[in-house]
Amino acid sequence: MAGVSQPELRHVGLNLTDEPREVREQVESDVFGFWVFLMSDAVMFACLFAVYATVRHATAGGPTAAQEFKFHSAFWETALLLTSSFAYGMVSISMKHTRGRLWIAVFMVLTFCLGAGFLKMETHDFITMFHDGATPERSGFFSCVFVLVGMHGFHVFSGMMWMIVMGLQLAIYGPDQRTKINLIRLGLFWHFLDVIWVVIFTVVYLQGLIR
Amino acid sequence: MTFWHILLGRLTWTSIAFVRTWRDPTISGIIGGGAAAVAVGGAVVVLALLTYLRAWRYLWTEWMTSLDHKKIGIMYMVVAGVMLTRALIEAVVMRTQQAIAINNQGIVAPAHFAELFTTHGTIMIFFVGMPLLIGLMNYVMPLQIGARDVAFPYMNSISLWLTIGGGIMLMASLVIGKFSTGGWSGYPPYTELAFNGGVGPDYWIWSVSLSSLGALMTGINFAVTVYKLRAPGMTWMRLPLFTWTTLCTSILMIFAVPPLTIATLLLAADRYLGMHFFTNDLGGNMMNFVNLFWLFGHPEVYILILPPFGVYSEVVSAYSSKELYGYTSLVIATMAIAILSFTVWLHHFFTMGQSAPINAFFGIATMLIGIPTGVKIYDWIWTMFWGEVRLNTAMLFSIGFMVTFVIGGMSGIILATPPVDYMVHNTLFLIAHFHNMLIPGMLFGVIAGYYYWFPKAFGFRLSETWGRRAFYCWFFGFYLAFMPLYVMGLGGVARRSQELFDPALRPWTLIAEFGALLLLTGLACIFIQLYVSIRERHSTRVPVGDPWDARGLEWSMSAPPPEYNFATIPQVSRRDAFYWRKKYDGAYQPADHYRDIELPKNSMCGILVGMGLTACFFGFVWHIWWLAFLGFAIALGTAITRSFMRDVKRIIPAEEVAAHDRRWLDRAAAARPISRHLELTPENEGLAKWQG
Amino acid sequence: MTTVFICIAATSLSGCSVLRRGFLAPAGPIAHAERHEFFFVGAVMLVVIGPVILLAPLIAWHYRLANTKSAFRPQWGFSWILEGLIWVPPTLIVIFLAVFLVQRTEQLDPYRPIPSKLPPLQVDVVSLDWKWLFIYPTLHIASVNQLIVPADRPIQMHLTSGTVMQSLLMPRLAGQIYAMAGMETQLHILISKPGNYWGENAQYDGDGFVHQKFQVMGITPQDFDRWVAHTQQTPKTLDSEAYTSLSRQSILPQPITFGNVEPGIFSKIVHQMIPLGYAAQHEKAKSNGG
Repeated sequence: MAGVSQPELRHVGLNLTDEPREVREQVESDVFGFWVFLMSDAVMFACLFAVYATVRHATAGGPTAAQEFKFHSAFWETALLLTSSFAYGMVSISMKHTRGRLWIAVFMVLTFCLGAGFLKMETHDFITMFHDGATPERSGFFSCVFVLVGMHGFHVFSGMMWMIVMGLQLAIYGPDQRTKINLIRLGLFWHFLDVIWVVIFTVVYLQGLIR
Repeated sequence: MTFWHILLGRLTWTSIAFVRTWRDPTISGIIGGGAAAVAVGGAVVVLALLTYLRAWRYLWTEWMTSLDHKKIGIMYMVVAGVMLTRALIEAVVMRTQQAIAINNQGIVAPAHFAELFTTHGTIMIFFVGMPLLIGLMNYVMPLQIGARDVAFPYMNSISLWLTIGGGIMLMASLVIGKFSTGGWSGYPPYTELAFNGGVGPDYWIWSVSLSSLGALMTGINFAVTVYKLRAPGMTWMRLPLFTWTTLCTSILMIFAVPPLTIATLLLAADRYLGMHFFTNDLGGNMMNFVNLFWLFGHPEVYILILPPFGVYSEVVSAYSSKELYGYTSLVIATMAIAILSFTVWLHHFFTMGQSAPINAFFGIATMLIGIPTGVKIYDWIWTMFWGEVRLNTAMLFSIGFMVTFVIGGMSGIILATPPVDYMVHNTLFLIAHFHNMLIPGMLFGVIAGYYYWFPKAFGFRLSETWGRRAFYCWFFGFYLAFMPLYVMGLGGVARRSQELFDPALRPWTLIAEFGALLLLTGLACIFIQLYVSIRERHSTRVPVGDPWDARGLEWSMSAPPPEYNFATIPQVSRRDAFYWRKKYDGAYQPADHYRDIELPKNSMCGILVGMGLTACFFGFVWHIWWLAFLGFAIALGTAITRSFMRDVKRIIPAEEVAAHDRRWLDRAAAARPISRHLELTPENEGLAKWQG
Repeated sequence: MTTVFICIAATSLSGCSVLRRGFLAPAGPIAHAERHEFFFVGAVMLVVIGPVILLAPLIAWHYRLANTKSAFRPQWGFSWILEGLIWVPPTLIVIFLAVFLVQRTEQLDPYRPIPSKLPPLQVDVVSLDWKWLFIYPTLHIASVNQLIVPADRPIQMHLTSGTVMQSLLMPRLAGQIYAMAGMETQLHILISKPGNYWGENAQYDGDGFVHQKFQVMGITPQDFDRWVAHTQQTPKTLDSEAYTSLSRQSILPQPITFGNVEPGIFSKIVHQMIPLGYAAQHEKAKSNGG
């Protein structure tokens, strides 16, 4: 079904070259579709970043960024999330190079735990901010902080729910074609969240803590 | 928190339109109650009729759960037709109000009038324009590129049901509660809690969200389809123009819809969680909403305009019996428009106090779009040049479009000039301008495409007589309805005025009222045309499938097409693939051998996800939290369950495909080829005589 | 050519009294220049769209199927000459228009003071539900729904909103700029001939929207001085309290004037330091179960 101009079937990312041709075709359009989705998700975050840039000083006399952001917790959150991304990279490699489901499962559990650690720290941050009166209702600035960072957190949470679903599918069907495609997509999603977090860390936390 | 409050949220006895009418039996109240009665009555009649005809099972198995892009496309069009009828009637009510209400109250109360213009705009953009075009693209695009379906048929079904869900919400707002009064663009702070505490803006937020979710998924789906599912040999520069515009529109949807989602989401955050994105106080800034909204809103205009441009390219070329003039130019122009459409959003608010250089930049960017648009129009004119033009309904609409659209282009360039925009912004001049773009640009195109592809989809042609009548109503109705608005706009009459104060306006409002009625008659003609055509279908059948001696791959199969579209995937070697096949006798040939065809099984997951989310959002509107939770759980649960299903495909055996194909080829061999002169006669069986 | 066209258009249009309501019958230099720009762009565009309006039906008719005399070349689809004709002239016209656009946008920028020998008169404008408040900070008076200014003297307006976003339009004088809460925008106008004009809000803001019109009077400097002196006698003072009650949602039957104005009240309004009447209304409606 793909054009004759593309003799090699490849999608960007992990290639399952040893699968039959139909499977690879399916992977190609399925994974490409997910890339396109991520692109639109990126536009969504870009809009939020743009809004954030305009409300940076709209604290309305309330708490400011410098008072509320904690560098060490942002740092450890970053470390956890990046490590979890590495762990998911191991899932992908296991999927390509090992038979069976053992290593895939092991690394997925690791990814899940690191993601959970990240969310735990982020929730803790939020609770502290609430105690300080830095709530989303307080000012336009904190509305945006909570929605932007919260949106990312919600994505991480969704990714973890997805991991549970994929874990179950792995248990039931093993690494069959559909499971593999969805694991590749989940991987893209998880790495994408890293990229977004890096921007959040820079634009929200680092920029907020300067001065 | 009483039991009733938990059960029904904000919903009370007086939320129901009939109760309101009972308590407030003014003309305005009666109109509102009447509309609600029509909505409820219409639903009841349809449900009763379906039950009486025992059509439920058929409808469920053949349509509602279908993942076939052709059926989904048709369902989109049907939904759009229903919504179009409502929104056009609303337009007539508004024009009637303005014709009557000169120094008096008229027939509808101010808040009711505001609801009318809000629902009219919201429906026309999100539930008429988008579904009409998505329906058309759904039906035609896979056929044009030689694909068996879109890339993600299941997601296609979800998109459809999300759109329908949004439509249901709008219909529900007629009966339960009230819709927003903030216009289709819903600018805060007017739509914030501080000024509008009711359910209106919430209805707007959530119905638009449903539509935008659907549109986003459609965009992804179509883009991937065009990128990945083209038949072998269908290279970029061999794509039919309609597919090109589909691709550009999809790209626009992917990039332009997220800003809308964010805008409505943040407004919802303000309204539901007490945040301060767009409020007057505590650091809110409504200018962010305006920017986000038009960052979506302007590309949206081209989402609505580009596919009809594709339709015109197909229609003009086919009915001029000629190759499309300037294919490369048209492709470049389409892409240029798509890209430029992201650089002009600020022209919707030149008056927000930006500095002059910024306004000038966006003004020039806006005028730049005029260049590729003008190129397109000339390309269609030169396509007719040296051709043999059949002046049927579709061509009348196309020519009517060219003549009328350029007037809108002229007023567009005028509006793009910031100093002039200061004067006519927010006046009826602006209303006249964008209706001048959208009615000829979008609606005429859809009607032309509907006439052109209808025989392909249903196997018989549409009535020419009623088509022409529809054209005259739409064409002259447009001029009568909107030229007076240009004049009144120049006279400084603000848009959205429910009462006017200058008797000098009366002649103009009366002409506009007459024009609006003529447009409504035009819509009636379209429906009568459908009815008459169905009744006369025995003499207009075109089973062989090429009634117009046309050029694209979509004409190379029976009408209606088999569910798998192509018995064998075609090999494409030139642009206008079917035309050249006809020329070199490659058409109507059996394949060397047939293979099993894999198609997606029907699935009720699409409807469950769509209706689940609709229930969820309806719960949000009324603060019925259990319903919101339940709806969301259904949607999410369905999506997860579906991901566990492995048996989602079915196989159509090669023998069945071969048998069907043979039957069709026999039919073609038995048919008499007809010349273009006879294509509107019963002789036309869908087989064209070669005439160059 | 352009002037001829303008003359024809102007005379043929002068029959329409509707157009005399708007900027096509300008009463000040800004509207005048904008009218000129309107006709200029319109005339240029007519040149562009004229051929389409003629060619589309003509070519379709000439090459109709029934006309057997016309040539038929089904495989003709490209010509460099035509390509040049459809791409180059429109581009040149856009460049031509763009040059003027930049100039005119700069000249007619609403923030740009109007050159004059006289110093501009300051007027602070507050949009409310559903009325306009005009404060003359240097004269310590204010009026609602009535803008009286001396003719031939530039007026510098600072706008803000005490409620939702609104748009100030005086169709025969100068046009629109948004008024937004918490922000300040500017507009400059000049009335060149004394007379009665009108202004409105063009951005929908609720039930009273259509009634949010006001009278603009351009009068001679002597009359203006007399009016100011007379107004200063009015006992009412525009202070925070008066502003709060003024900002309730209401339609005024006739204009109000204030003989005295609390100093700096406009800045207080911009910074939202005065409680707003509609908020109280809103609370009351809520407690009544509305």
